[in-house]
Amino acid sequence: METHKLNPDKWVDLYADYLFNYAVTRVSDSEIAKDLVQDTFIAGLKSAKNFKGDAAERTWLIAILKRKVIDHYRKINSKKGKAEVRMSYSSQTDAEGDWMEERIADPNSNFENDNLENEELGLAIQNCISKLPKKQAQVFTMKTIQGMETEDICNALGINASNLWVMIHRARTGLMGCLNQNWF
Amino acid sequence: MMISCEKAANICNRHQYREATVWEKIQLKFHLTMCKTCAKHSAKNEKLTSLCNQAKLTVLSDEEKRKMKETFSNAK
Repeated sequence: METHKLNPDKWVDLYADYLFNYAVTRVSDSEIAKDLVQDTFIAGLKSAKNFKGDAAERTWLIAILKRKVIDHYRKINSKKGKAEVRMSYSSQTDAEGDWMEERIADPNSNFENDNLENEELGLAIQNCISKLPKKQAQVFTMKTIQGMETEDICNALGINASNLWVMIHRARTGLMGCLNQNWF
Repeated sequence: MMISCEKAANICNRHQYREATVWEKIQLKFHLTMCKTCAKHSAKNEKLTSLCNQAKLTVLSDEEKRKMKETFSNAK
């Protein structure tokens, strides 16, 4: 088995977005997610000597981030002294007496699974983007995820519109192939 | 009226970002009825767009990454 090496100088460029997406789906607050990613990098650096090289760098960082997310929830719960259960009651007066029914899980609801699936989907897409050639990944991210205007991207990267669309085409075709097995 | 597959793919891509004109969309639709290969590719392309929307992907801005690098290198 090949042994993996750590390369902390490249961590932010290579993994920040991936880790950020992982964190943001779990804490639902982008500021906190950002802090957790930052903490993960620093913790990773501190424990770099414990890295045995069995796992890929990113897998190892995700494992640290998982701990950070758990710690985060521990911390906010201990501040309150206890875990909090929130219930929101419908304020509609004509719904009087129905409140109990609202609490019961709808057996036909796929809502919970949707969330889980979307999370996996997000990481799968991010993973496939990271496998694209760097320039394609950059253009695709700017256009699709950041939603930038074609003209702004062209100006920022010093390319013309037809270059941009060629790269978008290659990136999209690449992503279709990469996501093919599981999501199409 | 008849456009090349290359042109169809280009319109299809721009259509994913709402940047195709009405006339282009008509040309594309027409092409897709004639060309199975493009129809398949186009369907996949649409699917990719909906997957990307569904996943609600986010990225850190360059500025945020720059700050992150700074804090990180200070911690070294």
